[in-house]
Amino acid sequence: MNAILIMALGAALLGVALRYVPVKRKVDEAVLAEQIDALLPQTQCGQCGYPGCKPYATAIAKGEADINQCPPGGTDGIHKLAELLGRKFKPLNTEHGVEKPKAVAFIDEAVCIGCTLCIQACPVDAIVGAAKQMHTIIAPLCTGCELCVPPCPVDCISMLPVAVSVDTWKWQYPVFEIKPAATTATATKQQSA
Amino acid sequence: MSNHAPYIRQPASVRSIMLKVLAALLPGIAAYVWWFGAGVLVQIALASAAALAGEAAMLALRRKPLWLFLGDGSALVTAWLIALCFPADGPWWLVVAAALFAIVAVKHFFGGLGRNAFNPAMAAYCLMLVVTPQWMSESQSPVAGQEWQWVALGYLLGGLWLIRQRVITWHIPTAFLVALTAIAGGFHVFNPAAYAGVEFYLLSNSAMLGAFFIATDPVTGATTPRGKLFYAGGIAVLTWSIREFDIYPDGIALATLLMNSCAPLIDRCTQPPVFGNKIEPPAA
Amino acid sequence: MPRQFFKFNGGVMPADHKAASTSLPIAEFAALASLPGELVIPLQQGNGGSLRALVEAGTQVLKGQRIGVGYDDTGTAVHASTSGLVKAVEMRRMPHPSGLSALCVVIAPDGEERWITRTPFDYRRAGLAATRDYLRDAGVLVGGDFGATGQLATLVINGAESEPRITCDDMLMRERADGVIQGIAILREVLRASEVLIGIEDNQPEAIAAMRAALAKRGAENTQVAAVPACYPTGNARLLIRVLTGIEVPHSRRFADYGVECFDTSTAYAIYQAITLGQPMVSRIVTVAGNVERPRNIEAPLGVPLRALLALCGPQADTNRVIMGGPMMGMTMPGDEVPVVKTTHCVLAGSPALFPPPPPEMPCIRCGDCARACPADLQPFELYSFARARQFGKAQEYHLFDCIECGCCTYVCPSKIPLVDYYRFAKSEILARQRDQEFADAARERYQFRLLRAEREKQEKAARLATKAAAAHAPTAEDAKDAKDTKKALIAAAIARARQQKEQVTPANIDALTPEQRAEIAKIEARREALQSSAKTAPPQDE
Repeated sequence: MNAILIMALGAALLGVALRYVPVKRKVDEAVLAEQIDALLPQTQCGQCGYPGCKPYATAIAKGEADINQCPPGGTDGIHKLAELLGRKFKPLNTEHGVEKPKAVAFIDEAVCIGCTLCIQACPVDAIVGAAKQMHTIIAPLCTGCELCVPPCPVDCISMLPVAVSVDTWKWQYPVFEIKPAATTATATKQQSA
Repeated sequence: MSNHAPYIRQPASVRSIMLKVLAALLPGIAAYVWWFGAGVLVQIALASAAALAGEAAMLALRRKPLWLFLGDGSALVTAWLIALCFPADGPWWLVVAAALFAIVAVKHFFGGLGRNAFNPAMAAYCLMLVVTPQWMSESQSPVAGQEWQWVALGYLLGGLWLIRQRVITWHIPTAFLVALTAIAGGFHVFNPAAYAGVEFYLLSNSAMLGAFFIATDPVTGATTPRGKLFYAGGIAVLTWSIREFDIYPDGIALATLLMNSCAPLIDRCTQPPVFGNKIEPPAA
Repeated sequence: MPRQFFKFNGGVMPADHKAASTSLPIAEFAALASLPGELVIPLQQGNGGSLRALVEAGTQVLKGQRIGVGYDDTGTAVHASTSGLVKAVEMRRMPHPSGLSALCVVIAPDGEERWITRTPFDYRRAGLAATRDYLRDAGVLVGGDFGATGQLATLVINGAESEPRITCDDMLMRERADGVIQGIAILREVLRASEVLIGIEDNQPEAIAAMRAALAKRGAENTQVAAVPACYPTGNARLLIRVLTGIEVPHSRRFADYGVECFDTSTAYAIYQAITLGQPMVSRIVTVAGNVERPRNIEAPLGVPLRALLALCGPQADTNRVIMGGPMMGMTMPGDEVPVVKTTHCVLAGSPALFPPPPPEMPCIRCGDCARACPADLQPFELYSFARARQFGKAQEYHLFDCIECGCCTYVCPSKIPLVDYYRFAKSEILARQRDQEFADAARERYQFRLLRAEREKQEKAARLATKAAAAHAPTAEDAKDAKDTKKALIAAAIARARQQKEQVTPANIDALTPEQRAEIAKIEARREALQSSAKTAPPQDE
């Protein structure tokens, strides 16, 4: 009986201690922002509501923004942020957009008038061209942020999904098949159920 | 259908491994029957029936393929070990309860075959030791009698065959027996009056069974070569300590459970070096 | 003299079934049948990376003519494997488990087999670097760091064909030992190796005898044929180096760091052909085996569809798939029309009877059989549990990338778990993440540079304005507004023009171009269209 009492008391004390000892992980905000920025996809698309990945990272570090505002980062990205910050995962906030397969911008060069507006909009200098010359996208550099699409006065920019190539193809998760339909008893029971 | 290379497979299966383990128990069982009568066969039958029933019920509840897993033989191995560890003259419900507990609680509550953290047979033994101590400690004489030597010899033969069949490796039995001999022998020489001799340990029912059949359970034990040595050595030392310093007549079950809980850590700390990293590579 | 061999841990010994395909001599494809209507030569290398086409639809090519070269000086060239007409340069399905397409040169053979002029290469005068470039241009895959580290202690020649059913190297050594030995002699001289060890598994006595005879005839010094104990996967270069020299080269290091180098016998033979005969790599010896009536080795021109090879050996009726490679490491092909490429050493016809679908997968019981079979000394069951749980960091900690995907673990697994599938999955996921990370890092850098540049431009403009203001009058807000308005008007006019252009459809900005420039544009457009259409069709899923 005494033993049980002692154990219960110990557990209660530890519980109280855990609740009230503040787990202060004093991390410098700037350092934290760097760490967060390293996890963001660097599309610089602004869908999170901030003018770029770094500002969003800073806002998260300051506690002003939530971790689920980055559609290009997607679920994977939120998981990474949650792990870094020791927070709970939450699904992507659809106010900021939805997760899409990666795409790159494509300029229809026959239509392009050479206005340079898209060049000014591109955050990563992935468009080449000069005034009154047609522009083109350097596809390997394009992050797919879509920022060049709205400024185009002639709507000649479209987003094309990136095709999987032999070099970027991924092996699938092996099918984990542990319930073969052939096993008689369970299978029939499941079917009837 | 996942079907990439390799397209050819060796015929060995979980079922064939388990059947070999069962076969390796036969010499010991034969000696048991010869010296102590056919009572143990009844126990084996009871435990097997209970284990299979428990397994079938849990598989049905968990919606797993029934015949695939019932046929793998792992429940039978658990049942036979329980029957062989428990007193042969105990009440019939003792092994039945133990087998059910082992299969339902220790095995399936943890996720079934391959997922259990603790050896089901030994966990059941410990439970019964705590719940029904009067049945567990009294009937089975822990003293190594003349008869037990023959049973131990049977287990030893079966175990050596298992090593030959590559079902188990030499590491665990060797480390277990060497460590047990060393610690028991050392203390016995030091103070023969207070500590039992080596033969008392080695020739009892449990030592050989433990060395070749219980500690070698791959699911709950250490798996790296070095880790196996530490793991089995740990079981031996704990077994001896429990027997000498504690109230329980036979410590191998508790020792196994304790080392089961250490196995993941042991594995982590004893990862063998990979190809090319055994010696310091030359500078670039 | 008997050599002392070193051992590696693990390995397995499945039935080798090699006798089946060694009863018939190597046959030239052309001797058995006429070439198919088209040969498809991918502008891709075995190890990834694409090539630039040197020909276009309508070009007449000769056998051995270069049709694709690397974008930089590391890409190994590809050649027309017969003379004929280039039908197209287009996307075709690759001999790859993904079933994805890549750019290929499609040649319609004219049946004349007209060669380019073949001139031997004087490697002694040319020196190492020029020889490397010559081999690259002759399409011989020798690796980027060929001869990069000066002198070699040991040159290992890999004739240890340890995978079951594959006999192409065996037959090559039996029938063309002299060429192989000459190739080895060239390699030895170019790489300045003090010793050459030719490792051949001891279950290929004919090849060993033939190579020893050829060696005696040529009288190469410090060169030995070593009959290594047969055990799969001794044919892996790292493991063969271990067996012959005792050196273990870790996954992360190059052979040359340890003073060794390893080449296949087929590579040595290709080098002989390229240098002594002046003949670029246009064919290779392929073992055709498995579910066929007459398994044998065929010297096949590159680009021949696998179907045509199988047809020569009498595929049986229940053949349900085509495997490129052996039964331990081969890849199931998306179809039988994919072409023979430089890395195709074996084509297996599979059937449910020959390669039955594996029994149902059971949970891992940590029996450790896989760890005992693993030649890389890994703990496959640990890797499996991490890969299965998608704990990629942990998997890397347990040396996932040291796995050579030899398949020994899967072969022995009593629970019938497709272990290697899990490693391939985990590896490709990790590589994809690394690619994404590198891409993000580069994007960040460019973004930061852009911000920096914007700031700099602002400052420069301010400075310019300041000097201007000091010189003349200060610019007013009115001026700025004017400027803005003019700009707006200009843009509006341009929009109107663009709208017109859009209606006319044909782009106006190419009127004043020369026909060559226009042809260039048309070509680029066509290529782009091909890429776009391939992007639009969803990639076929791996089954």
